Amino acid sequence: MERVMNPTTEKIIAGDIRAVARLIRDIDDGMPGVREVLKELYPHTGKAYIIGITGAPGVGKSTLVDQMVWHLREQGKTVGVLAVDPTSPFSGGAILGDRVRMQRHSLDDGVFIRSLATRGHFGGITQSTRSAIDVLDAMGKDVVIVETVGVGQDEVDVVKSAHSTVIVVIPGMGDDIQAIKAGILEVGDIFVINKAEREGTDKTLSDLRLMIDMDQKKYEGGRWKPPILQTQAVFDKGVVDLLEEIENHKQYLKENAEGLLFRRKKEKVREELVDMVKQRLIEMVLERVIDSGVFDEAVDSVASGSIDPYSACDKLLQSGFEIKPGA
Amino acid sequence: MKGERRLRVMVAKPGLDGHDRGARIIARAYRDAGFEVVYTGLHQTPEEIVEAAIQEDVDMLGLSSLAGAHMYLFPRVIELLQEKGAEDIVVCGGGIIPDEDIAKLKSGGVKEIFTPGTPLDEITAWVREHVKPRA
Repeated sequence: MERVMNPTTEKIIAGDIRAVARLIRDIDDGMPGVREVLKELYPHTGKAYIIGITGAPGVGKSTLVDQMVWHLREQGKTVGVLAVDPTSPFSGGAILGDRVRMQRHSLDDGVFIRSLATRGHFGGITQSTRSAIDVLDAMGKDVVIVETVGVGQDEVDVVKSAHSTVIVVIPGMGDDIQAIKAGILEVGDIFVINKAEREGTDKTLSDLRLMIDMDQKKYEGGRWKPPILQTQAVFDKGVVDLLEEIENHKQYLKENAEGLLFRRKKEKVREELVDMVKQRLIEMVLERVIDSGVFDEAVDSVASGSIDPYSACDKLLQSGFEIKPGA
Repeated sequence: MKGERRLRVMVAKPGLDGHDRGARIIARAYRDAGFEVVYTGLHQTPEEIVEAAIQEDVDMLGLSSLAGAHMYLFPRVIELLQEKGAEDIVVCGGGIIPDEDIAKLKSGGVKEIFTPGTPLDEITAWVREHVKPRA
């Protein structure tokens, strides 16, 4: 029996821009029904190569991505870009300004650029970003670039969803690099010193090299040692070399006897499943007890002292699973 | 907790006009009002703006013009939105726009024009009132 595909799914696979844009919005806003579409799309994912670009605000990530897109297009590849900017913790709003640096690609139908706000999730990547990556993948993009705000430990998030992660710094970060948590240095596949025409490049270079070399044992046995590149994104210098290193890394992941490409995928899947299960639990339990008023009753009981919060929680969990949806 | 839409607006600078302070101030006001604002930057053609608006799935498009080309640029944006089947995106304008042009622009499909001096909270209140995240 032929299974009829959801019309949205068909449009996405056909590369319909409006459908893709709307689906990403629906995912972001948590609209019902996206789950069904994402299920249908999933078998169509897995072809795109995913690159994570992360670094502190102001290092030139967007300009770098803009140039990367240009060169990738010259190579005949189609590109999807997700540019993530922070949501204001005060107003809940966000200024999504990465697109400014990439607007020259907006009329190129081989490029799809979408700006996303973190919406209160402090990590660089959320489940909705991951799903958006899947959508761009299913849509047929050869490469998906995810640009995130990276401050410290948050970079780690990007890694689990990307094949290659590029960490961008600028010269003069000197002492900051020393102080940077091990997180970044552990997870960067490629390091880029952008704005390399500035003073302090040599010191930043040697600082980074020192930190990477410190752990020589890690690279024994032909393991990938993160290269450090210098770029001047604004002048399109070094970008081609960066893309070459990403290609090298891709080859390494493919050829490596330990099946690193598959391991990366497993990490991404692990993160996804944890987030998804958490989200579903919230939907299945928390929302139901809130909607049915049981939650408010529990709050009253605990506040008035008739029950402790731990026991109240146990009871809520039980009620949550017992309440039928829509009750 | 279930799906709740956040308003997405785009602030765009069509044409050769190089003054973006107003646009940036408005963008910040929108952010402070809780909207997600995509800013396109300067010197955008109507085609580029409309493509971006569609890719970003915005609910409202704010066009800023201080160089006098609004009578061409704004209707052209509306025309393109219609061509692409995106006429549900609310279009507003701001900047140096003479009173006599406002009526014409509005009858052409621009929902509202905000001239210099309009208090920011009046603008954000208008947006909240008249622009709903799409269904």
